[in-house]
Amino acid sequence: MLSGRVWKFGDNIDTDIIIPARYLAYTDPLVLGQHCMEPLAPDFARSVRRGDIIVAGSNFGCGSSREHAPIAILSLGIPVVIAKSFARIFYRNAFNQALGLLEADICDAVSAGETIEVDLATGLIKTARAEVQALPIPPFMLELISEGGLINHLRRQLEERK
Amino acid sequence: MGMTVTEKILACHAGRDHVEAGEIIEARIDIALANDITAPLSLEEFEKAGAKSVFDPERVVLVLDHFTPNKDIQSAENCKIIREFSEKHGITNFYEGGACGIEHALLPEQGLVGPGDVVVGADSHTCTYGALGAFSTGVGSTDLTYAMVTGSLWFKVPESVKFVCKGKWQPWVTGKDLILSIIGMIGVEGARYQAMEFDGEAIEDLSMDSRFSAANMVIEAGAKNGIFRVDRKALEYIKGRAGREYKVFESDPDAPYRKVTEINVSDLGLQVALPFLPSNVKNVEEVRDIGIDQVIIGSCTNGRLEDLEIAAKILRGKKVAKHVRCIVIPATPGIYHTALNRGYFDTYLDAGCIISPPTCGPCLGGHMGVLARGERAVSTTNRNFVGRMGHPESEVYLAGAAVAAASAVKGEIAHPREVA
Repeated sequence: MLSGRVWKFGDNIDTDIIIPARYLAYTDPLVLGQHCMEPLAPDFARSVRRGDIIVAGSNFGCGSSREHAPIAILSLGIPVVIAKSFARIFYRNAFNQALGLLEADICDAVSAGETIEVDLATGLIKTARAEVQALPIPPFMLELISEGGLINHLRRQLEERK
Repeated sequence: MGMTVTEKILACHAGRDHVEAGEIIEARIDIALANDITAPLSLEEFEKAGAKSVFDPERVVLVLDHFTPNKDIQSAENCKIIREFSEKHGITNFYEGGACGIEHALLPEQGLVGPGDVVVGADSHTCTYGALGAFSTGVGSTDLTYAMVTGSLWFKVPESVKFVCKGKWQPWVTGKDLILSIIGMIGVEGARYQAMEFDGEAIEDLSMDSRFSAANMVIEAGAKNGIFRVDRKALEYIKGRAGREYKVFESDPDAPYRKVTEINVSDLGLQVALPFLPSNVKNVEEVRDIGIDQVIIGSCTNGRLEDLEIAAKILRGKKVAKHVRCIVIPATPGIYHTALNRGYFDTYLDAGCIISPPTCGPCLGGHMGVLARGERAVSTTNRNFVGRMGHPESEVYLAGAAVAAASAVKGEIAHPREVA
């Protein structure tokens, strides 16, 4: 069970907001984390605490295929993003990097800064006001998270082949 | 029940007779592509996975097009890593320097992608190759690593939506206007996870460059891929280019579609997407008194010959408005050469334009045309998100080459007839 403070964002949070392209020459997660959400919330990286949770509206992660986006979020210690819906490429990238995503419309049900509890395995979200059941994460995606992402999965495959 | 063209291509690459929307399959990959901003992560993952080789050195394509010519030391270091990897693994399709162009214009031109292919690229605009009847989609760096190593990748078979285009195209109207108007109609997540199929008699009249431009932006509606019927025009384009055998697939008459939408292109005018979403679309006539500081004519969306020709027609004998920087970026060395031979460069230079080497640079606020606080650009690129081209308080208006060139002359957003 995860527990963390809520940071609220709106609809269509695109990858240029999550990590602006001018930082894409870097691959170091710490550098990327420092600029996460910078165009919209310049203080975000400084104020966020490990274990905090992002809650957003629809189409979170739309735009480019940059995997720097989930890496930036993860490097700040954010284990899960809860949104009404996710853009397709971001969805795959997040699970490949072992960042949890839950699809649920809870923007109006939570206040910024409140602490909520999230069970990634079942998709159950407990807020101060309600319990919300998110769409459960497909088993294959849960497996990816427990393995620590797609690359660990691939490494195991390659080792088995030897 | 029949299958859509997307389902058929995926079924064929999964070694299956039939697949349907929603199924998870493992499909064989024909081409795996990365660029100078996504390959570095990919190559780090390659090392982490303990991989020793790529699945096929001729089917991994590496294009150094984003922050090149190298904009700073970090970018130069990244390109060096990719160059060394390419040498070590014998990657035959490694593009940099004078051979390099913007990836999604370059790969079709070089015949590296064709009908019936499954292509994945660590770049969201990889969907461009749907113009050639390929299943082609953007992925992240990790998925790309998996594809590079194994020659396969898992996919959820997407549902399809179809756009049937009828009527006659108006002057200056291109594929960019078609796709902008569709995104305006269905929204930025209107086709999320879906395949967008384009068909109808009006598509036959659409140039290949316009088809690339339309397929390029299906991601802006959230789509997984966009795909066009392979007609005579497409086959002519491929002829003499295709380096591999290809197979043309067609949707069955009883293929399942989530939705079929008819579009009468006779009613379609020149489109502009206002900040800060590509779905914020209006007819150019409705966008008045918007003064601009910069114009970009280029990118994987609109840096092809058709776009450069339109720009040259409008700019011929005219001057770019004072205080406007008009930057023209031919997308590949081939396009650059042809534009030069046709005399477009004289037209651009006489008008006061800047001609850039092929690069993605300004589209994503990288270099070669970054905006300051409060500045506005009309751009033939594909995204107008907050801060996309520079300062978070700058603005990007998306349009085709005709509106971009006319706006450069007028100094504010304009229809070509206003500067004729």
